[in-house]
Order: sequence, then C-alpha cells, then structure tokens
Amino acid sequence: MTKKLFAEKFMKAVFLICACVSIIAVAIICFFMFVRGIPAMREIGFVEFLFGEKWRPTAQIPKFGILPMIMGSIYVTAGAIIIGVPIGLLTAIFLAKFCPKKLYKLLMPPINLMAGIPSIIYGFFGMVVLVPLTRTLFGGDGNSILTASLLLGIMILPTIVGLSESALKAVPESYYEGAVALGATHERAVATVIFPAAKSGIMAAVILGIGRAIGETMAVIMVAGNQPRMPKGILKGVRTLTSNIVTEMGYAEGLHYEALIATAVVLFVFILILNVLFSIVSNKAAPISFKRKKVKKEEA
Amino acid sequence: MAVKFSVSNLDLYYGDFQALKNINIRMNENEVTAFIGPSGCGKSTLLKSLNRMNDLVEGCKITGTVLLDNVDIYKNMEITELRKNVGMVFQKPNPFPMSIYDNIAYGPRTHGIKRKSQLDEIVETSLKQASIWEEVKDRLKKSALGLSGGQQQRLCIARALAVKPEVILMDEPTSALDPISTMKIEELCFDLKKEYTIIIVTHNMQQATRISDKTAFFLHGEIVEFGETGQIFAMPKDKRTEDYITGRFG
Repeated sequence: MTKKLFAEKFMKAVFLICACVSIIAVAIICFFMFVRGIPAMREIGFVEFLFGEKWRPTAQIPKFGILPMIMGSIYVTAGAIIIGVPIGLLTAIFLAKFCPKKLYKLLMPPINLMAGIPSIIYGFFGMVVLVPLTRTLFGGDGNSILTASLLLGIMILPTIVGLSESALKAVPESYYEGAVALGATHERAVATVIFPAAKSGIMAAVILGIGRAIGETMAVIMVAGNQPRMPKGILKGVRTLTSNIVTEMGYAEGLHYEALIATAVVLFVFILILNVLFSIVSNKAAPISFKRKKVKKEEA
Repeated sequence: MAVKFSVSNLDLYYGDFQALKNINIRMNENEVTAFIGPSGCGKSTLLKSLNRMNDLVEGCKITGTVLLDNVDIYKNMEITELRKNVGMVFQKPNPFPMSIYDNIAYGPRTHGIKRKSQLDEIVETSLKQASIWEEVKDRLKKSALGLSGGQQQRLCIARALAVKPEVILMDEPTSALDPISTMKIEELCFDLKKEYTIIIVTHNMQQATRISDKTAFFLHGEIVEFGETGQIFAMPKDKRTEDYITGRFG
C-alpha cells in the first residue's frame, strides 16, 4: 500500500470516528436513561407515576405522581408559546421584509446575543424584574405560571426570530415579484405569498422554541415557585419536570432517586417527540431550499 | 390605431450607470411589440419601467415620461392600479407555491373580488384564454408546482390575465422552455393580441418575426431602430441593426 493511500484511509477512519462520537453519546444517554428509569416506573406503577396527582417522596407512605409536573411543564411552555411566538414571528417578518438596512444592522446583534446569555442570568432578570412586576400588577407572590411563561417567552425569542427570519429570506424573490406584478401591495405580498411559502420553516422554528422552553431548568426554578401540586391558576406557583429533578436530586435516595431519573425519562420522551415533529416539518420545508440551491448553481 | 404606451425622453440610471438613454417609443393597442438586442442592452429594463418593477431595484432613478392612455404612470397613477392594468410574465415561470386555483384567484382577490362564483368564473375563463384549461381542469386544487415548465408559464399568463389587464409585458417568456411549449405560447400571443396589447422581450429573432407587428432594436441602452417587424428584418435602415440580425454580433 502506498503512503498516500494509507493516509487517505487513515483520515477517512478519523472522520468516521468523529462523526460517530455524537451518535454514540446520544445512544448511551438513551440507553442509561431508560435502564435506570423504567424499573422505578414499574415499581411505582406506570399509571400511578404518570397520572398520580400527589408527589410526596419523603412522606411515610411516599407518593410518586408526576402529573403536576407534567402539567406544569405543559402550562409554562404553552404560556411561553403564547407570549413568544407572536412577538417572535412579527419581529422576524419585520426584520426580513420591512426593516431598513441600517436598523437591521442595529437590531440583529442584540437578538443574536440573547441566544448566548446563560439561563441563570435570565433567571436573575426574572427574579429581580418580572417577579416584582407581576406581584404588583396582578397580586399573588409573583412566583407563578405567568412569570415563568413571560420569562420563557423572552428566552425562546432568539430561536424563533432567527430561524423564521432565515425561512422568510429563503423564499425565492420571484414569488414576491409575481405578487407585486399583479398589483399586490408590499404588505399583501408578504402576508399572502412570502409568509405561507415559509410556513414549514416557521413551524420548525416554533417547535425548536417549544423544545427550548420545555427543557429550560435554571431560569424556571428561580421564578416559578416550584410547588409540586396541580396548577391552580396562572398566578399560582408551579413546578416543572426539569425543576423537579434539580430541586430534589441533591438529597434523594432509593426509590426517590430512581423516580427523579424516571422524571427525566418522561422529559426525554417529550423532547424526542418534538424532534420527530421537527424533522417531519423541516423535511416538508426542504423542497424550497433545495430549489433555491439549484437556481443559485444555474446562475453561477 | 390608438397609442397605448407612449415613452418620451426616458433616461434610467442604476446608481451611476446609465442603463437607458433618451428613449422615445410608442406602442399601439392590440399589437405585439418585440424588443430585441444583445444582453445588457436595456430591453428588459425598459419593459420593467412600463409597470414600475424597477422601483424594486435599489438606486434606480428614472427621468422622462411614460404615458399609459395619456396618463403619466410615474406621477398620476397608483402603482397597484398600474400593475393591475399592465400585467407581467417573467422569464422563469414563477407560480406561487399554492393550488392552481389559488394562483389564478390571487390577483382578483387582491383587487377585492371575494364571491366564490365570480372567482370560479374568472379562473375558468383565464385558464381557457391561456389554453391550459383542458390540462388542469381536473386538478385545480393541486399544487401549481407539480406542473411542467411550459404549463407553469401558461399558468402564469393565465394568472396575469385574471386581473383583466390591458397590456401584458413578457420578459423572455419562452427562454426557459422547450420548443413545443414555446410554440404554444407564441400561438397564445397571437390570440391574445385581439384583446390585449403585448410587449415582449426576446432573444430569439425568429420569435420576433413570427409573432410581433413592430420591433425595436436596442443597443447599449438606446433604441437604434423601431418599425414594422417585416421592414426591420427585411430592410433595416441602420447598419447596426443589419449586423445584429444577420448574426454579425450579439
């Protein structure tokens, strides 16, 4: 074997191994989560675990029902979507189709920065600003579903804005030209041709945003109140799946410890479902971006 | 014959570059006018000035007057109104990513027509006018992107017809199509000129002779010669026109 051929094969192997690292990591995570979590679920009883309304891990007769946390996660995520998606989409539409160039250069860096801010800092912002604000405006003690939704709604903005903006910009200019050539105004062309054409990309952005919101831990703990009970109203405290794990992991042992891992399994399943949805939706989006690439090649 | 479009002393700049120099031309009603000339000579630019699509180009500046039925389209006409009256068909077929029906109904809906029965009728007549009705009547709810290139282009013509324009601008409408689709669109132009005024940019000189009544030859942003198509191709007055049509350059 010549030296060159060997080097080529060797590098091929190196690339292959690198490519496998992340796949192996995911596989191992999957494996251990389920191996450690499923037995606990079986011991508690699947129905009891998933639909039990009481979480009393340290009581004399312990109860391990995580329905309050499942509902908590769903509530704060839904709240984040209600707050974050409209703002995010309108921002993306403005940036992609209405924003003057100079303003764009001014607006884009802060939005990108938002994605890089550590969640603990968002948490502090929530504690210092949003909690007192909701307390004065709506009463209660401020640590609530509403506050957590507000904070998460802000945190998912960069994901939604960034991805939807690129989806809108990826819509071929010829669609826009076709619409205005028929006498449509700029606003109408954007609303009735560009936006629908970017729909799948925008859906993908929203799903990623949901994933971000449901997985968020630190910031939520700091503003949500963390009471492990069924959510009673948007001004009441709530505990999510993620905060359940973090607040109790430090001292849990035995079945309690296993039950927290099982909680993580449930969260993991949520994320898996979202990812499947994401790939279905972005596959639908593929034809447009594919065509665009082809056009670019022709022009070149 | 009545004058539809009248362009006088038109200069057009893209930034510092002057793309059109002192253009004077009149286009008649119910005629097909062809713009020919080498790439970059300004023929598409002039076409786009007629429905103000150049407004989308940053740094584009226009002086002079363009009159449509004696109304100055840059001063005394709403841009949406202008584009309703002056439809456009692009070089590359650009149907919207929606159903065939919605593609055709887009224009009428834009201009306020909402009644289903009225839209149905417009969709049918427009598709018939563009002689594509027979091919698509059973799949109106299917995506327009599933059609062939030639069908897509006729769909785009139907879409332009649906707003009942008076003039149709065509920017090399057949350059991306096969010969048979090209032939269909040329036949279409012939039928359409009974009701519409057609202005077509083409690279294909045979096409210009086949379908147009008048031809304008462009070079370096100027109109070198404008006249009856038969005369331009048989006895060009200008040496440059002769050189171009006999294939000495371009």
